[in-house]
Amino acid sequence: MSKYTEDDLREELKTKEYEYGFYTDIESDTFPIGLNEDIVKAISLKKGEPQWMTDWRLEAFKAWKEMIEPEWANVSYVKPDFQGISYYSAPNSKPKYDSLDEVDPELLATFAKLGISLDEQKKLSGVAMDVVVDSVSVATTFKKTLGEKGIIFCSISEAIKEYPELVKKYIGSVVPQRDNFYAALNSAVFSDGSFCYIPKGVRCPMELSTYFRINQAGTGQFERTLVIADEGSYVSYLEGCTAPSRDENQLHAAVVELIALDNAEIKYSTVQNWYPGNAEGKGGVYNFVTKRGICEKNAKISWTQVETGSAITWKYPSCILKGDNSVGEFYSIAVTNNFQQADTGTKMIHLGKNTKSTIISKGISAGKSQNSYRGLVKISPNADNARNFSQCDSLLMGNDCGAHTFPYIEAKNKTAKIEHEATTSKIGEDQIFYCNQRGISTEKAIALIVNGFSKDVLNKLPMEFAVEAKKLLEISLEGSVG
Amino acid sequence: MDLKEKLLSSFLVFENQLEDDAYMNDVRNDAITAFEEKGFPTKKEEAWKYTSLNSVLKEDYSIFPKQENAIEFNDIKKYFIHDIDSYKIVFIDGKYSSHLSQTTHDGMDICLMSAAMSKPKYRLHIENYFNKVATKDSLPSLNTAFSSEGAYIHIPKNKMVAKPIQILHFSTGNESAIMLQPRNLIVIDENSHVQIIERHQSLSNNAVLTNSVTEIFANKRAIVDYYKIQNDNLNASLIDNTFINQKRESVASVHTFAFGGKLVRNNLNFYQNGERIDSTLKGITIIGDKQHVDHNTLVHHIEPNCESHQDYKGIFGENSTGVFNGKIIVNKEAQKTNAFQANNNILVSDKATINTKPQLEIFADDVKCSHGCTIGQLDETAMFYMRTRGIPEKEAKALLMYAFSNNVLSSVKIPEIKQRITKIIANKLGVNMGFDL
Repeated sequence: MSKYTEDDLREELKTKEYEYGFYTDIESDTFPIGLNEDIVKAISLKKGEPQWMTDWRLEAFKAWKEMIEPEWANVSYVKPDFQGISYYSAPNSKPKYDSLDEVDPELLATFAKLGISLDEQKKLSGVAMDVVVDSVSVATTFKKTLGEKGIIFCSISEAIKEYPELVKKYIGSVVPQRDNFYAALNSAVFSDGSFCYIPKGVRCPMELSTYFRINQAGTGQFERTLVIADEGSYVSYLEGCTAPSRDENQLHAAVVELIALDNAEIKYSTVQNWYPGNAEGKGGVYNFVTKRGICEKNAKISWTQVETGSAITWKYPSCILKGDNSVGEFYSIAVTNNFQQADTGTKMIHLGKNTKSTIISKGISAGKSQNSYRGLVKISPNADNARNFSQCDSLLMGNDCGAHTFPYIEAKNKTAKIEHEATTSKIGEDQIFYCNQRGISTEKAIALIVNGFSKDVLNKLPMEFAVEAKKLLEISLEGSVG
Repeated sequence: MDLKEKLLSSFLVFENQLEDDAYMNDVRNDAITAFEEKGFPTKKEEAWKYTSLNSVLKEDYSIFPKQENAIEFNDIKKYFIHDIDSYKIVFIDGKYSSHLSQTTHDGMDICLMSAAMSKPKYRLHIENYFNKVATKDSLPSLNTAFSSEGAYIHIPKNKMVAKPIQILHFSTGNESAIMLQPRNLIVIDENSHVQIIERHQSLSNNAVLTNSVTEIFANKRAIVDYYKIQNDNLNASLIDNTFINQKRESVASVHTFAFGGKLVRNNLNFYQNGERIDSTLKGITIIGDKQHVDHNTLVHHIEPNCESHQDYKGIFGENSTGVFNGKIIVNKEAQKTNAFQANNNILVSDKATINTKPQLEIFADDVKCSHGCTIGQLDETAMFYMRTRGIPEKEAKALLMYAFSNNVLSSVKIPEIKQRITKIIANKLGVNMGFDL
């Protein structure tokens, strides 16, 4: 088996029922709640980290202590109590339910709509399964294929031990410890995350998403992801999952760093569908994420995100276009319903010459939700011939929601060409009428129109996820039409 | 002693000299307290992120000019739109100059703020309108505390004011540095129509800081045209706070022509308190040197079926900085709102900077709101076309830039202003052309 492609996988999935192996780290008790230097040291010790990593965490913790929680975002929420959280708990290996019958039927209905297989449903909702360790599990096969190419793809804790020189060189190089409040917190206490290194000139043969779906390590509260694409390499990475995930952790503060060296390309897609809270706005996940990538010469970073979950989303995947001719892209769909609040957007920092960036942001607000786009396009004095195109469209459904745009544009170079446009509108009655006339029900018609509205972004997702994301949009907006 | 302390201590002296009644006294005291709490805005405040007042505030301004100055009309004639008949309200170093002015009480009041504040017959009006739409931010509050002079205009019902009104503020440079705080109150009653031109001009190279507040009330079906000509010299700074409260079916437009000054900040706020209101905000900015011009606009759509149009063009040369911060808020009740905003900029120098932040906050669903913002260069093919036809580079550039800003000029209703602005633009671009092609 020299090359294992997605097609092979699809074949295999058709013909063979496979089971997943639960991946359990170290059995351990949950740490006492609260955060202090000892806890940070203990986390580091628990993970068996080298001294430099412990110091790095402590440095971050010191910085965090002096920082204050940001309040500029256009969201309102009860601030989390940072001393009321346990910062380390062993992965929950105990099944939550004994059979699918015990699982919330609403959740199962959603799974069915998304077309998720029964086994996957079990895994996602935490139902106990007979764990059969296959002699050649799909995951291991994948790992082998990747290994042959020299691609490193493992958890960040593993990477810290196995590839310390790579981690040491790049961690914090894009998102420094003291970058912002949540990034500092994450740097101090991150529990786990992914590490990916693509060697020079290698084109990653599969969407790392596919792998992820099978060997998902469970979303941690403070994830740390580091993706390094060496010169001339290519990788497509997908995090998250279309399936609704009911996480008990209320606060999520992840950090993602992307490094695209000369001529490399990274495509990073996110589908986020965490628990948004109930229809009254109770509960739900706070998602405070720092994502940033740096592009060297001729490199390209492309962020694609579909945000439908979380009670509060606070997320700005950014690109630093440092090298000449580098390209940054940001495609986003943010859907908010009920009492959800999203403040999301991007930063494109043009430093190199002939750098290009594209921003397409589609916001859909329904119910009583608030949806904001906040973006920055910055052209530095040396960024000759920089080019930016931004488009933010908002769709409002119902009269209790809000759509906001806060674009910042700073140009310091006369050769810059920047275009920004934003529109806000609602679904036209004539459009719905047209569909109704042709026998399409109002709900279906709205799904159709919303899909058309977000097509530009959906097209950028890896194929199989695009299909699911479409369905996800429909589900997220279900019942929002009166 | 920094400027804030100086202002606070001067207020005590100033307050003692006034013969205010309890009402005005309270307004002033509240205002100075608000200013004392907030101080001058800093870059840490979101609305002042791109504009720092530090360079302006470090001067030692005198707050109450001592001697009065007379200037001859001929010396300052060029600052008037003099080829049309108009009412004039002229201030020299903050003091009213009666021999240069032409005011009236004939069926309407075009007169002075000081008169309106002291005479009992205006009392009700002052209580109803004064400081009612101005925000309680630090700079408007500072002005409120010290407000003593400015234009007071009240046009009663069904009146078409035949001549435009010119409000001019001159500073003579008798003091080495002077701070002026003019306060204008303009009330236009039902169905009336007025055109107003405002200009601030420094006659010397001494530092001037003007913190001006203008409150405009456009009542039912009133039409207000307001033109601000800002072409001051490089030591004069202007912070202009204009608040417009519009009632049902009124039409208000403000054109801001920003060509001069060291630092200019225009806080232009429209509040639409009624249905079927139309608001227009337009501006041309052409600056160079180390000039800094900041347009900060707000259009607050409060009720349904209203429109707003914003169009700001900017051309930035040398080391200049341009800022545009346009905010549109659409309340939940303001259905069927049409709000448009455009901000187009050209950078002609490597050292010039543009910071722009168009902002939409929308809470209603049946609305059409859009904003567009561009930063670009002159079209090379258009340049080439003109060059092949023998038009020199400088003139070709000027023509393109004029065409670029023409959209704003086209809605100016007084032809003489249009001509004057055209001349200033030609002057700014260093060409000798009429542009009347």
